[in-house]
Amino acid sequence: MRRSKLLYVPFWATYVFLYLPIAVLVVMSFNSGDSAYTYEGFSLKWYGELAGDERVVNGVVSTLIVATGSTVIATVLGTLLAVGLARHTRSKALDAISLMPAVLPDLVLAIGLLVFYGMIQLTLGLYSVVLAHGVFAMAFVAAVVRTRLTGADTSLEEASRDLGAGPVTTFMRITLPQLMPGIVAGALLAFTLSLDEFVIAFFTIGNGEPTLPIVIYSMIRFGVTPKINALAAVLLIVSFTAVIAGQRLTKIGESRAQD
Amino acid sequence: MLRIDGVSRRFGEVTALDGVSLEIGQGEFFALLGPSGCGKTTLLRIVAGFETPDAGTVTLDGADLLAQPPNRRPISLMFQSYALFPHMTVAKNVAYGLERERLPRDEVRRRVGEVLETVGLSAHGSRKPAQLSGGQRQRVALARSIVKRPRLLLLDEPLSALDKKVRADMQLELKRLQHEVGITFVVVTHDQEEAMSLADRIAVFERGNVRQVDEPIALYERPRSPFVADFVGANNLFPGSSSGLDGIKSERFGLLAGTPLAELPTGAQALLAVRPEKIELADEDAARGLPGSVLDVSFYGGVSHLSVDVPGHDKPVLAAVQGASSVRAGAKVKVRWEQEDAVIMAADQ
Repeated sequence: MRRSKLLYVPFWATYVFLYLPIAVLVVMSFNSGDSAYTYEGFSLKWYGELAGDERVVNGVVSTLIVATGSTVIATVLGTLLAVGLARHTRSKALDAISLMPAVLPDLVLAIGLLVFYGMIQLTLGLYSVVLAHGVFAMAFVAAVVRTRLTGADTSLEEASRDLGAGPVTTFMRITLPQLMPGIVAGALLAFTLSLDEFVIAFFTIGNGEPTLPIVIYSMIRFGVTPKINALAAVLLIVSFTAVIAGQRLTKIGESRAQD
Repeated sequence: MLRIDGVSRRFGEVTALDGVSLEIGQGEFFALLGPSGCGKTTLLRIVAGFETPDAGTVTLDGADLLAQPPNRRPISLMFQSYALFPHMTVAKNVAYGLERERLPRDEVRRRVGEVLETVGLSAHGSRKPAQLSGGQRQRVALARSIVKRPRLLLLDEPLSALDKKVRADMQLELKRLQHEVGITFVVVTHDQEEAMSLADRIAVFERGNVRQVDEPIALYERPRSPFVADFVGANNLFPGSSSGLDGIKSERFGLLAGTPLAELPTGAQALLAVRPEKIELADEDAARGLPGSVLDVSFYGGVSHLSVDVPGHDKPVLAAVQGASSVRAGAKVKVRWEQEDAVIMAADQ
């Protein structure tokens, strides 16, 4: 069948609409001038300044700590939650509630967490952001792992029990390997979600060292410079890499599970 | 050795098992046969430990089985889907059960090697299940089950996922293996031919009840209830009322010759069953027989099946003859049988 060339027009228009702002952002990060709006020539100086800015470097460290910590919490708890929901209860209500943190507006979750931390008189800091992001991302991990579990065959677990394995061995040797692609995908999702999360982090950080999104927010209040463009470009590369790595890993895991 | 006593299990409104009792002997090849939804798989899962009965007891060599979790029962279940672990090689799959017993590595390796040789898969130990054919997967599942030397091996529809040619091979293979390893086999199947060719004894299930337990030949020749007569093999069934030792009285056809399996009170509702291969086709002017016309002739090579429309009988009468049939569709014939070839049973059993 011959396809009309005309049909490519909306297709490419959509792509341009999606990616033009990002392309502009990346181009302007190489601007040698001081304006974020008029291009004056090629330069890497903003990347250099970025590396020399203590606030930015500290922000990166904070963000990595929060993202790593919350990913570990979210992955472990989210996986256990998914397994519990799929194998040990038939309650539809519990199922729906488990997704709540993902569906709730970030603002509501942020206020709720702030009030809760205040009630238990927890001094806010980086660790309170780690916990908050853990809660938030756990729902996403649980949802991703859950889809793999519903497709998985319970007879594998029964076969393991039948062959003399107890419940713990069965979980470690049979259930977990089956779920691994889902768990990895969930973990990467949790990591990228935490990386650029602003609202919850802003509410729950207290006097802790600000994470990168908070740093960028405070920088923008004094006007957009190509330095922010450079920072955004770096972030772009990091999340792209994470997403692509995630997809590759999931594919490898799946082909292995099917082998 | 395995004694099932008064086992019942309900799922909400559905009664899967209704007071089932069975006794299975050491070294026996036993089949649970019935249509889907008759409770046979539920019984298998109760014996394996994946379901708990509402009432009744199950003992193995006198010891209570129900008190033990599935991983402590000296029983293996071969799943209908085989349930091979996809992330492990064939050898790892087979070794899994032995490793759970914490046996020394050398012994595990030796026993895995032995059992893979028994099922003819020595060369495939390092493959993954996805790289095997259906028949080979079945062998792996079998090897994984027997390598633990269970007292009892349960097989859930073991041949249903295989195509016809492989199925015939595997049937022989299963019988050979059972003979070789001397383990008691209990197979669940909905395929009556499979049950008859494999098993020493068969229990026929209907809606949560055991209708008859017998050896294959007895089951085929002397069905004790209308359900068994109809389910096991093809049969021609005629309703009527009992009239002593030589037949039943049919409203439409008068006296039909047959032999009662048990004494029936005269006049009781009865059913006469006669196998297609016992039906004889006679000329339409023969003295004895029910008149009818041939609807269809199907040639299967070794045998031909004919269906004959007999006015007054709601289903066509089936007849089987050796080789090609000389009778054509449309021919007027009479169907008849010998008295000792037809069995009579009570209709309400």
